[in-house]
Amino acid sequence: MNTYDFTFAGQRLVARPSGALHWPAAGLLCVSDLHLGKSARQARRNGVQLPPYDVEDTLARLEAEVEATAAATVICLGDSFDDLQAFDALPLTALDWITRLQAGRRWIWIEGNHDPGPVALAGDHLAQFRHLGLTFRHFASDEDRGEISGHYHPKLRLRAGSRACFLVDEARLILPAFGTYTGGLRSDDPALDRLMAPGALAILTGARALAVPMRQNRSGRASSRRGR
Amino acid sequence: MKSLPAVITDWFATRGWQVHPHQQAMVDRRAEPAVLLIAPTGGGKTMAGFLPTLAELAAGRHEGLHTLYVSPLKALAADIKRNLTGPVTEMGLPIRIEDRTGDTSYTRKRRQRADPPHILLTTPESLALLTSYEDAPRIFKGLQRVIVDEIHALAESKRGDQLMLALARLQGLCPGLRRVGLSATVEDPDAIARMLARHPDPCAIVAADPGPDPDIAMLALPAAPPWAGGGAAYAIPQVMAAVKAHRTTLIFHNTRAQAEIFFQNLWLANDDSLPIGIHHGSLDRAQREKVEAAMVRGDLRAIVCTGSLDLGIDWGDVDLVIQIGAPKNVKRLIQRIGRANHRYNAPSKARLVPANRFEVVECHAALQAARAHALDGDPRGPGPLDVLCQHILIAACSGPFEAGALYAEMTTAGPYAGLTRAQFDDCLEFCATGGYALRAYDQWQRLQRRADGQWQLRDPRSARIIRMNIGTIQDSDLLKVRFKGRGGKPLGEIEEGFAATLTPGDTFLIGGQIVRYAGLRETVVEVTRDAAKKPKIATFGGTKFATSTQLSQRILDMLQARDWPYLPDHTRDWLHLHRQVSRLPEPGRLLIESFPHDGRAHACIYGFAGRNAQQTLGLLVTKRMEELGLDPLGFVATDYATLIWGLTPLTDPAPLFDIEALEAGLDGWLAGNAVMKRTFRASATIAMLINRNMPGTRKSGRQATFSSDILYDTLLKYDPDHLLMRITRAEAMRGLVDFARIREMAERVQGRIDLHRLDRVTPLAAPMLLEVGRVPVTGAARERLLEEEAAALMAEAGIDRL
Repeated sequence: MNTYDFTFAGQRLVARPSGALHWPAAGLLCVSDLHLGKSARQARRNGVQLPPYDVEDTLARLEAEVEATAAATVICLGDSFDDLQAFDALPLTALDWITRLQAGRRWIWIEGNHDPGPVALAGDHLAQFRHLGLTFRHFASDEDRGEISGHYHPKLRLRAGSRACFLVDEARLILPAFGTYTGGLRSDDPALDRLMAPGALAILTGARALAVPMRQNRSGRASSRRGR
Repeated sequence: MKSLPAVITDWFATRGWQVHPHQQAMVDRRAEPAVLLIAPTGGGKTMAGFLPTLAELAAGRHEGLHTLYVSPLKALAADIKRNLTGPVTEMGLPIRIEDRTGDTSYTRKRRQRADPPHILLTTPESLALLTSYEDAPRIFKGLQRVIVDEIHALAESKRGDQLMLALARLQGLCPGLRRVGLSATVEDPDAIARMLARHPDPCAIVAADPGPDPDIAMLALPAAPPWAGGGAAYAIPQVMAAVKAHRTTLIFHNTRAQAEIFFQNLWLANDDSLPIGIHHGSLDRAQREKVEAAMVRGDLRAIVCTGSLDLGIDWGDVDLVIQIGAPKNVKRLIQRIGRANHRYNAPSKARLVPANRFEVVECHAALQAARAHALDGDPRGPGPLDVLCQHILIAACSGPFEAGALYAEMTTAGPYAGLTRAQFDDCLEFCATGGYALRAYDQWQRLQRRADGQWQLRDPRSARIIRMNIGTIQDSDLLKVRFKGRGGKPLGEIEEGFAATLTPGDTFLIGGQIVRYAGLRETVVEVTRDAAKKPKIATFGGTKFATSTQLSQRILDMLQARDWPYLPDHTRDWLHLHRQVSRLPEPGRLLIESFPHDGRAHACIYGFAGRNAQQTLGLLVTKRMEELGLDPLGFVATDYATLIWGLTPLTDPAPLFDIEALEAGLDGWLAGNAVMKRTFRASATIAMLINRNMPGTRKSGRQATFSSDILYDTLLKYDPDHLLMRITRAEAMRGLVDFARIREMAERVQGRIDLHRLDRVTPLAAPMLLEVGRVPVTGAARERLLEEEAAALMAEAGIDRL
């Protein structure tokens, strides 16, 4: 398999190469930061005419994940819409598509900073969701162990290239952005560095989910020589 | 003959100077709508351009802007201002001269718009910006002449296309505008003239006396150059001796990395501590300016440099130019040689230093071409459509326009004379709605059509973003390099791609110093000093020029000789030996050698098509070999050949070189290729789909945007025939992919392929085995590299699974 299986807060979880998180025992699929309608919002705000295919592409990839995992519950971990106006501007075909995906399963919309408030779509609209010791919310907080969040769009750079990635340590799991038009924040950014414990792992997305240490200590040899 | 006002002729007379014949010719022809002056460096070219202006302004009756001067360099505009203000003051002429570039202050720019000077010195980008203002008609009122300096350099890039579109706009505002182009020696003056003149106006060409032939030769070197590589370290003692024997020497290199390495080696051998500087485009601006100032003062004995010194201000007393590495292009060589002895009617002196064995042959071919005045160059393609898109948006900033009128105006620009209405409408559609196959919503519209049929900006505020992003120069993926610590000194810039390959502890050269990579802080590469003698990594950026078609042909012709008495023995023997064991490549035929080496089957294809095309050929041929089950493993390309290795020897090359099949393979391969993505990023930025600058995000712009690769992938998947995808394909074909030269080679060869099977590596092929830049053949290479790297990191960290 191209997935990466790991244990987090006592649960077996699966990081999928697409950037989606699968929890087989709970029949649950979680994706973060879809940013649907980003190209429309860019056009509205800045007159930037990004190709208007991001909604279609994001939903097509989401559909493939839902089908592959046959998830009974889907959690969208916040920033599902680029803003509430972007939601209003979504074409009918996109709304129908989402409704079709929701049929026969539980669907949970977690609020994010881009979409603070319920949208006119079926599903539960929650600030956070707890299940079997795991907490799903948009922003990482310091409160509990077993927290799964999004928001930062983490990515990691290796010599062979840069990839969106999951970040995971004992207490916390941060998901990469799933939306098509989403940039990334380098994993060595202070914001992420502060959040993650020393032994944290990064799980790269791409053709295969690959785990690497979040902080690369390749300089071990070099840094000891480094003088001021 | 039109005479000059006495105040000007008197000024010449008191200095004991004469008006050069070409300067007089420019005065005589000043009423013509377009004149192109071709003159060598130091020929009083700029004065020739300005004399008619001075004559017309001498009476003091002109109100407002009279002459616009456009040059490719900001520094040149400032320099001309200095050099022109002197004589004008001495002649007591009532003329106000000002420059306007990206460095001019905001208040000064505002004042210039309200009260333009008589002569305004500017750059193509600043001019395009000026034409975007609503009050452009008032700013340019009364404009009589435009002088385009170093037009040969502008013609080599999209900046030339941009400038000609801006001139088309100016001509609309000032119908009597006369155009003057000033050019160095070029291979096809008519092409530059066609670009300059308003289509279909004629353009007169005035050629100045080219002066005496330059004194060019190979630098005498006792040792044979190495078989491969580009450093030329073996020549350091002789270069040092040449520097000592001259007042000031310019030492030109083809790439920045090579310049850095050579500079460092030169300093290690600089026992007398002669003042030697370095100048290239990756260095910090302040550093470059320091070197330039020292040069002007005559404080430096030598400058190690790259194309960044190809143009520009007068360098004082340069009496020797040394070219390290084969010149790749005769025209560039001639222009570089012109940097020596910036005085009219004195021969320039230049010496060539081949960096490896084959470059000995290349350098001799270049010498022959230079002596025969046989210049080379690729014909200019039609004006690119991304620049046209930008100018449609610029036009919209200045006010509502009628599509037919704008089309008519744009086709008066030389590069766009052949633009069809359908092409124009495609570009207009892109600017208006994004031009997507999926009809986007109203909010996508950048331009909208009014009831009266005119086009205008939907949101007038978007003019600000458009103005912030005018230009065609691509420098977006450079990162600044600084010493670590507060107030760390800036050293220069490196390409983001190069920075990505660094890990803490790696050492590299910049600005002649070895530094140690400490880390990336936001968009700044932080480094510390390092005392090492040898950098770990030395390659960054810089253009790798491909050898020109004409020079390649000359080399092929040269190889046909029975003997080469003018070549040094080491190279002459090498060629003779090759002829003895195999055969030398011939014009009109394609030689392929097939031989085993190191347990692998090798095939060497002598296409002489230039580095980019040979690289593309390697990719396409190995793809065909893969399909035919010939198990290729990898290849490497140089300017003259591609060497492929694999498991099965090549026995029947004909099916591999079927041009149709190669071209068909091109489409599939190109789609996912990094070259295409890079080309797309440039075109998407010029066409303003991607904005490099946004209000308030100038500093953090990098984080605010996401990779243009995602846009490319999305368009490839959902809208592969989008205008920008078509532009990208066209650009790549004549740029980095250079398929045109592969096609040209196929036409030249016409199926005359000679396969020569040998039992071991041949003399000409042997250096190819030492070339860097080997390309492994496997589509999954990137994924595999990543996996191996990940596994190694996990093992090192002692973690396998959580």
